[in-house]
Amino acid sequence: MKFAVLVFPGSNCDIDMYHAIKDELGEEVEYVWHDATDLSEFDGILVPGGFSYGDYLRCGAMANQSNVMAEVKKFAEAGKPVLGVCNGFQILTEAGLLPGALLRNKNLKFMCRTIQLKVENNNTLFTSQYEAGEVIHIPIAHGEGNYFCDEETLAQLKANNQIVFTYAGDNPNGSMEDIAGIVNERGNVLGMMPHPERAVDALLGSNDGLKLFKSIVKQWRESHVS
Amino acid sequence: MSASFEPNQEQIKEQKLYAGMGMSDEEYDMVCDILGRLPNWTETGLFSVMWSEHCSYKNSKPVLRKFPTKGPQVLQGPGEGAGIVDIGDEQAVVFKMESHNHPSAIEPYQGAATGVGGIIRDVFSMGARPIAMLNSLRFGELQSERGKYLFEEVVAGIAGYGNCIGIPTVGGEIQFDPCYEGNPLVNAMCVGLIDHKDIQRGIAAGVGNTVMYVGAKTGRDGIHGATFASEELSEASEEKRPAVQVGDPFMEKLLLEACLEVVKSDALVGIQDMGAAGLTSSSAEMASKAGSGVEMNLDLVPQRETGMTAYEMMLSESQERMLIVVKKGREDEIKAIFDKYGLDAVAIGRVTDDKMLRLLHKGEVVAEVPADALAEDAPVYHKPSKEPAYFAEFQAIENREPEVADFKETLKSLLKAPTIASKEWVYDQYDYQVRTNTVVAPGSDAAVLRVRGTNKGLAMTTDCNSRYIYLDPETGGKIAVAEAARNIVASGGKPLAITDCLNFGNPEKPEIFWQIEKSADGIAAACEVLNSPVIGGNVSLYNERSGEAVYPTPTIGMVGLVEDLAHVTTQQVKEAGDVIYVVGDTTTEFGGSELQKLVYGKIFGKAPQIDLNVEANRQQAILTAIREGLVQSAHDVSEGGLAVALAEKTFASDKLGIFVTLEGSAITALFSESQSRFVVTVKEEKAAAFESIIPDAKKIGIVTDDGKITIHGDTGILVEGTVEEFRSAWKGAIPCLVKSEA
Repeated sequence: MKFAVLVFPGSNCDIDMYHAIKDELGEEVEYVWHDATDLSEFDGILVPGGFSYGDYLRCGAMANQSNVMAEVKKFAEAGKPVLGVCNGFQILTEAGLLPGALLRNKNLKFMCRTIQLKVENNNTLFTSQYEAGEVIHIPIAHGEGNYFCDEETLAQLKANNQIVFTYAGDNPNGSMEDIAGIVNERGNVLGMMPHPERAVDALLGSNDGLKLFKSIVKQWRESHVS
Repeated sequence: MSASFEPNQEQIKEQKLYAGMGMSDEEYDMVCDILGRLPNWTETGLFSVMWSEHCSYKNSKPVLRKFPTKGPQVLQGPGEGAGIVDIGDEQAVVFKMESHNHPSAIEPYQGAATGVGGIIRDVFSMGARPIAMLNSLRFGELQSERGKYLFEEVVAGIAGYGNCIGIPTVGGEIQFDPCYEGNPLVNAMCVGLIDHKDIQRGIAAGVGNTVMYVGAKTGRDGIHGATFASEELSEASEEKRPAVQVGDPFMEKLLLEACLEVVKSDALVGIQDMGAAGLTSSSAEMASKAGSGVEMNLDLVPQRETGMTAYEMMLSESQERMLIVVKKGREDEIKAIFDKYGLDAVAIGRVTDDKMLRLLHKGEVVAEVPADALAEDAPVYHKPSKEPAYFAEFQAIENREPEVADFKETLKSLLKAPTIASKEWVYDQYDYQVRTNTVVAPGSDAAVLRVRGTNKGLAMTTDCNSRYIYLDPETGGKIAVAEAARNIVASGGKPLAITDCLNFGNPEKPEIFWQIEKSADGIAAACEVLNSPVIGGNVSLYNERSGEAVYPTPTIGMVGLVEDLAHVTTQQVKEAGDVIYVVGDTTTEFGGSELQKLVYGKIFGKAPQIDLNVEANRQQAILTAIREGLVQSAHDVSEGGLAVALAEKTFASDKLGIFVTLEGSAITALFSESQSRFVVTVKEEKAAAFESIIPDAKKIGIVTDDGKITIHGDTGILVEGTVEEFRSAWKGAIPCLVKSEA
């Protein structure tokens, strides 16, 4: 399976995503600069964290205007997997690929810590390797991770089982219903604030994020067996 | 001010306008002699800023010469953007620490942010990829609204810049004392990684080569920042707010990535940050180091504002800019790289053979001065030095124990002292994990990062107990280096080298200069014995507010090599049943201690003694035991003494505790700050092997599974309580101070 790690000016978790795929998963991966206009050679798109365009206008808003995002939208429409983490999640909401928005943390400060995350839905292509209800340890590092959407959207998220991850224990950022990660209705676009790519090596404290990437690869292999 | 309003040469001389730029009469006369004529307004500005203490070290050079700067591991000592140390496998570590005290006192967010930005540029201008940030901060005791504001905004500024640019802030230290109330200290350290073949230097070599300006545009911000940094703070300093620059971490991220691409090109000849004194220092120093000259046409400098004068452009400290020298004819290759990142890269001049810095503006030569005169020929002052009266008084005071009635409550009070209390409130705001190499995050003795692709690690720390240095600068200077090394060793690393940030008061006061000299003697001695040369750093003098100096605070930043990641050791206890040892003797030493400050509200007496040979041997023994796999956890004993060190060892666990028995006077055993001590835990089955390496290690107890801290003394139980109650005191203190009403 071949992954693309998108790189916007100001992306800074691109290298983490790249090494998670290459070193820990052993799959193919390439960096793709924001002006790319063709993603056809890739099987999965990873939108990494960071501060694209300095987050100066609104997190993710500028990145959404770049060439590559038009291609990401086509890629998602084709049902292929797209994962956005942290700033990547913010970009995907700006792009309309996921509903809702990420507001400033309730304490108005950036926070970096390892939190407990509950797998609410393990019936997605991103979470099939986890147990339902499994609690995993994944780092967060964000200033604007406070998920918000309107009541109607929230009802839809619940009805369609689109809430994939919630914060177990303390909700660090004030997000609605403890939401930490959601998928689109079709289930092929996941956005999440916690960083699974930072949790792929026990040396650094946790490898609980590895199963997420393995889930993606498993689904891809199964759908490409025939 | 536009050019037409600039004073002419005669007015500068007659009205002594140079004095307003911080230049003395003698210095002005020297400039006239060098030029053989009167300097114009721009030239006066060039000399004043390059001859400021901040750029020239004119007051501190004689002191800096005391430091050992060489060693087989040193690839680049002081004099470039940052020092470089070999770590094997054709790789090297690049690091430097720098102060941004004065800007942070006036505009704490931007002052701290641009301090981070500046030190990062120093590291990537060497061609290195920055991999970690640390800092060393000093504030008042968080009792005033202003004090809390400075603390919160400095932390936010460091976080804002470091998080955005995507370099993890992995460690540091913060101390609080009333002497820093009006003049906080903000020292930032950056550590980078480089392959030997990519090492760059800031030189303008090769006559005819092209001088290019890259990065952000020049504005009027930060004009005379270096001069401002070289005078005391006062009520009037608020007016210097325009001398504080504004940082743009996104711009710097782009500049960083572009420069790291450019250093791979053989078209690049030299590269240097436009830091303090901006275009002036970078151009003059690059020419001087290469023995060449530089001619620049200022019309070509990318400008953010209209109508800027030569003086303003040359003295601006706008951020996120670099000056590079490129082989003639290959400018387009370089420009293409910067184009990718949307950055300016403009040829503004050329390297000449006449050793002059020549500036053209609007068709005229507006300045023409010898580059060496700016960069190298600043006067060097041997300031008078005088032992302050307090020193002899303090030395005459016998060591004695402060009176303590309730050991448990005293331990809790010490854990709540902001200098000792958990800094989680601070480092929670720093992204300490980005780039996924952080093996030991903030909260242990030193941070450890892996070197990706190898089995090696880099341990790094910042340290300085300025109370000891105030009481006895020479001893305190030794302790600062020794403690940094102790932290590296306790983490499983071998000390490689240090960078230092010498923060002192006004050197024109003989008592202050004495502090500078004596502490430098101590630092130099410790560097020799501990085999850790000084590879760079910076000097920040005039740290005074309304005539009151801060404690002498020569902060030490140290990096060590962890040869095998299996050696990485943290301070926290690991398993019930492990044996707890103290290594090193405890005597009655409370001068400058946290307990003394707690009990008397002030510090006095002698600093703790230190024998550097004992220190070196002990560190070697601990490192040997760690490398042989005998040590479960290791922690140096520092502020607050053994009781605090033991408590800190338990705070990461929900169920583990400790049960120890201490001999001798309880107050000394619990709270003395005797130096050269470690507290370690060892698996029971490895205890014999450990004792064979460190025969004088004293077994004091075991790790328990009851979640309690129990300390017995000769007279029965001294301290008994749950880990949770001590931890909540320790964890809650800083959030509580920040929130409370002043």
